[in-house]
Amino acid sequence: MTLNEVQDRIVEDFSMFDDWMDRYQQLIELGKDLPPIDEKKRTESYLIKGCQSKVWLDAELKDGKIYFTADSDAIITKGIVALLIQVLNQRTPKEILDVDLYFIDKIGLKENLSPTRSNGLVAMVKQMRMFALAYQTKLNS
Amino acid sequence: MSLDISKIRQDFPILNQSIYGKPLAYFDNGATTQKPQVVLDTINHFHNSINANIHRGVHKLSEESTKAYEEARETVRSFINAKKSSEIIFTSGATASINLVAFSFGETFVHEGDEVIVSEMEHHSNIVPWQMLCERKKAILKVLPFDNNGELILSKLDELITPKTRILAVTHVSNTLGTVNPIKEIIAKAHQHNVPVLIDGAQGVKHGVIDVQDLDVDFYAIAGHKVYGSTGIGVLYGKENLLNEMYPWQGGGDMIATVSFEKTTYNELPFKFEAGTANFIGAAGLATALEYYKSIGVEAATDYETELLNYATSKLKAIEGVRIIGNAKHKAAIISFLIENIHPYDTGMILDKMGIAVRTGNHCTQPIMAHYGIDGTVRASFAFYNTFEEIDRLVEGVKKVKEMFG
Repeated sequence: MTLNEVQDRIVEDFSMFDDWMDRYQQLIELGKDLPPIDEKKRTESYLIKGCQSKVWLDAELKDGKIYFTADSDAIITKGIVALLIQVLNQRTPKEILDVDLYFIDKIGLKENLSPTRSNGLVAMVKQMRMFALAYQTKLNS
Repeated sequence: MSLDISKIRQDFPILNQSIYGKPLAYFDNGATTQKPQVVLDTINHFHNSINANIHRGVHKLSEESTKAYEEARETVRSFINAKKSSEIIFTSGATASINLVAFSFGETFVHEGDEVIVSEMEHHSNIVPWQMLCERKKAILKVLPFDNNGELILSKLDELITPKTRILAVTHVSNTLGTVNPIKEIIAKAHQHNVPVLIDGAQGVKHGVIDVQDLDVDFYAIAGHKVYGSTGIGVLYGKENLLNEMYPWQGGGDMIATVSFEKTTYNELPFKFEAGTANFIGAAGLATALEYYKSIGVEAATDYETELLNYATSKLKAIEGVRIIGNAKHKAAIISFLIENIHPYDTGMILDKMGIAVRTGNHCTQPIMAHYGIDGTVRASFAFYNTFEEIDRLVEGVKKVKEMFG
């Protein structure tokens, strides 16, 4: 699936839920299902500070694609982290740099990615793009 | 006297709205209170009809504006029963009031090797300015601890105070734990050692009658927006003799008597501490807010808020897995809690979707979080316009959160 096909699939999955409560329930399930990040990476150097909930993120480059691992101490945040990983994992740096993450808005979770929310997600997306930029520079050099 | 809450609620237009299709239940009064229509009217009228800079112009509007500002000072004086209106300094908020004292008192009275005492339950605003002072002066910051119920261990105060202690800074009401500290007793104890006391009244001013003369407090800091006024206006009460001795804080217009390049002399109180154009419209709004609060009845409002607190506490405690953080005997209408191991952010997000506004996080009191070994709490803080029905909704919300995350 292309990156946007994954986004569209998530939008379709979430369109089944009329109620915000069900959408959040789904996020909670996703959050619970995301495997926790390696305990060794639950440290300051992988931490993205979001004031309230913490997010840990790491990325590796294998065969020209980026593999993300991430975690959060808050389940809703972790659910959104899981969605971002579904979309952005195993993509090339260029794909990640070019992407428009429209699915967040379409599934009614826009407020979670608003810069005024102190949940670390905005910083996380920024950090994912920073990884992409760094690895792209590395690939081109 | 019992309050007519539904009538009171009509005075606060913001309360009558839906959030995500649910009626708003506003439980974030510890962060800021809502403003009654009369305050909005005062502010609006001032902008529309009186606005002119104070203490300067000869013209009619400036005169009226100055009069309104000085009347506001008198209203504040009377509200906290200060001896003189010159002891009432308008600031931008409680944080500014504390910074003013930390700087000016510090410049005048604190020297290398001296000691400053704060408590472990202070808001960062009543820690950091003192730390900055201690760094500047090479003074020592000492901490009065609290026990696991959230009560200050007053017996430690005698050990902490030494001949080097210059000032003690303690909060009236903990914004996280809800604890109402026995400030009169604390002040008396400190005064036995000739140590002046600053009380952070950001939360305290909306919890019962404040009488600064009865308390014999040296400094009392107030945030206007936490007592139904607008943001950007606050008050520092200070004893005249101390304020007179203190070096000014900020320099600028209005705080001077004469200026030349050789020497500037400073204005008298309270203007010495009010550099620049004051927030005179905010001051007028605050005066209206205090008058409104008085018309409701400060004691009646406090009693009702205590009923809300007791009701919420017993209802929340009855839910298995809910842990209340802060169990002092005497509490203001602030309740911090955790549900099982559920992250406060998760709880807050779900409650928000149910139209319930709470605060989550460390509430600018990281040392309190460290004390309990937690990252944050969910905090519901009540005002007299809240209802028992709203608390029932909070309780339902908490049960729902438990169900969703459990």
